[in-house]
Amino acid sequence: MGVKAMIKLLENLKTIYRYRGLIQSLVGRELKARYRGTVLGFLWSFINPLLLMIIYTIVFGFIIGPRDPAFNNNPILYALFLFCGVLPWTWFSSSSLEAANVLMIQGNLIKKVLFPAEVLPIVVVTSNFIHFLFGLPILFGAKALISCFVPNAPGFSIYLVFLPYVILVQYIFTLGLGLFLSALTVHFRDIKDILANLLTFWFFASPIIYPMTFGPIKKSVILRTFLNLNPITHIMVGYQNTVYFGEMIRWKRLSVTLLVAIIIFIVGYHVFDKLRDSFPEEV
Amino acid sequence: MVAIEVDHVTRIYQKYSARHRFKTFKSALLKGDLFHALKPDELVTALDNVSFKVDKGTTFGVIGENGSGKSTLLKIIAGITKPTSGRIKVNGKVSALIELGAGFHPEISGRENIYINGIMLGLSKKEIQEKFADIVRFAELEDFIDAPVKTYSSGMYMRLGFSIAINVNPDILLVDEVLAVGDASFVPKCLDRIDDFRRREKTILFVSHDLATVERICDRVAWLKNGRVMTIGDPKRVIDAYLQDVAEKQERKFEERQQEVQVQESYEEEERENRWGKREVEIKQVHLKNHQGEEKHVFSPEEGMVVEMDVEAYSPIKDFVFGIGIFNARGIQVYGTNTDLEDFSPQVIDGPGKVICQIKQLNLINGTYYLDVAVHKKDGYPYDYHRHLYSFLVSSRHKDEGIVRLPHQWQFSDNIKLKSPKFKSSSGK
Repeated sequence: MGVKAMIKLLENLKTIYRYRGLIQSLVGRELKARYRGTVLGFLWSFINPLLLMIIYTIVFGFIIGPRDPAFNNNPILYALFLFCGVLPWTWFSSSSLEAANVLMIQGNLIKKVLFPAEVLPIVVVTSNFIHFLFGLPILFGAKALISCFVPNAPGFSIYLVFLPYVILVQYIFTLGLGLFLSALTVHFRDIKDILANLLTFWFFASPIIYPMTFGPIKKSVILRTFLNLNPITHIMVGYQNTVYFGEMIRWKRLSVTLLVAIIIFIVGYHVFDKLRDSFPEEV
Repeated sequence: MVAIEVDHVTRIYQKYSARHRFKTFKSALLKGDLFHALKPDELVTALDNVSFKVDKGTTFGVIGENGSGKSTLLKIIAGITKPTSGRIKVNGKVSALIELGAGFHPEISGRENIYINGIMLGLSKKEIQEKFADIVRFAELEDFIDAPVKTYSSGMYMRLGFSIAINVNPDILLVDEVLAVGDASFVPKCLDRIDDFRRREKTILFVSHDLATVERICDRVAWLKNGRVMTIGDPKRVIDAYLQDVAEKQERKFEERQQEVQVQESYEEEERENRWGKREVEIKQVHLKNHQGEEKHVFSPEEGMVVEMDVEAYSPIKDFVFGIGIFNARGIQVYGTNTDLEDFSPQVIDGPGKVICQIKQLNLINGTYYLDVAVHKKDGYPYDYHRHLYSFLVSSRHKDEGIVRLPHQWQFSDNIKLKSPKFKSSSGK
């Protein structure tokens, strides 16, 4: 990619900035429309992660039980750890799945109204991001409760200030992938189904239900290398470090991940831009 | 000043087959040559080297059959689709009425949809706030504006979409056939708004099948056929050329259909049903022609019709009457006459001959008609009666109703103001 491509990218970013009002309204519309007609309305944004948290506590905490010494054999601590990873993972996986579909679902818009199509995947990633933010108070509330009542539970630490950095890395990564997927699915509809399966695999190939310090991973170089090559690994570890353990983030690894995220964003956007003209007739 | 300049624009659409998709997906995965692999296997030329200019403040019409490239042209001018080659220059803010309410979300209220749709069409939040009352009033949705859009009827939906789009207050308005779906009371209101636009020296590009409206509001018209511009110029001239082309096409289709019918059912069988008489005098053939003597099946009221019968009497016969009858598609006799009713006194007929009935003006409304021809005795005894064996089409731009088109003229006293249909806006010219 040469200078020309970079200039094009900057122009595109400027256009997106011009359309920020539209993105804002569309995200608002998504959020409003999602719970329209439900009795509990916006409360669902909190109830969903809360219920998820309870299910994980029961299944992984009590039934399967924590296997790693890091959790002192305490199911509640393990559930909190799980929640730290599942919450951002839900953001990532829902965004990817929805982004892969969004150009087809909103095809009418692309065909009939003049506006930059990338607004649509951006709206998908952003509205899921807002949902993720709704889950954070539940996460922090649970952590506060646990650190009060469970002995030896890790408390809040100053390193929480790095949480926005982790979120930023994930946002760029998710958006880059979302742009790539949305553009490609227009031409290859199979991606939708491939992606659904791939995400299941990806979930277990990331340290979400197990910590990186888990015995088998520590022992196996192959497993460790494999996990370290997965950008999601470093993002998840970032959440676990800042929120659960209250430790310093791994600057170097996370910054490399940021670089990867930016590259994926640039490549994703480039592909999107190349295929853009074919959208109105293919969706 | 030129508002829209279309310069040698060509648009080629690409079609991909399912098998091709699979192949390209595979090669894209294996070789990584995604863009190269995305080469289509079939090309469709929607627009072929189209050029024209639209002056600022004028109304420009685009007519043509379905699939002639009208909508593609509009989308290219709106910027939604890019031309494959050629250039588009547009001076001013464009608003496109391509599909009304395209961005509506069914679950949220009309109020919220106005905001989102307005922003999509390029308005700022403040501008929408200012125009909000106007938009709602024009759409006549004051009582429903806070209800979710999914509860709206299709008419309400359309009214809201039109109201938002027209309130964007563009310099150039692109209108695509959207008025076809409106309810009867709303369409005139929309046309009024469009007229208002014209008075304010705004540019309009109007795509429609409604030729009467095109002729009424457009200053110039382009006729597209298979992606090519056939003619550009004075509305009446272009529309006439287009109508003639359509008529010729109908003519060909009609002939094909008639041939098919004849091949399908044996002619004899149909004859038994629809032809009777002992044929002492026989009507051997019937031709429908125009006044230039060309055989036709599609006629306009103005050009008239000639019914030509080849007849033959096998012995000298003294008592005979020739008659014709025209029936519309509902079976109602529209007209009928014969030589006896018109007080011709038969003398003698012997051997082959020709009977010609010239109809100077075919004053009928649009539709399909059936023709009866007959030769019989004065007392009604049939020699040869052909019932509904011939059919023809009347096609015109008139939209009147009923059975016949009575030649007429309107006149009004001075205190009654109406714009005559041929009236062109003369403001500022």
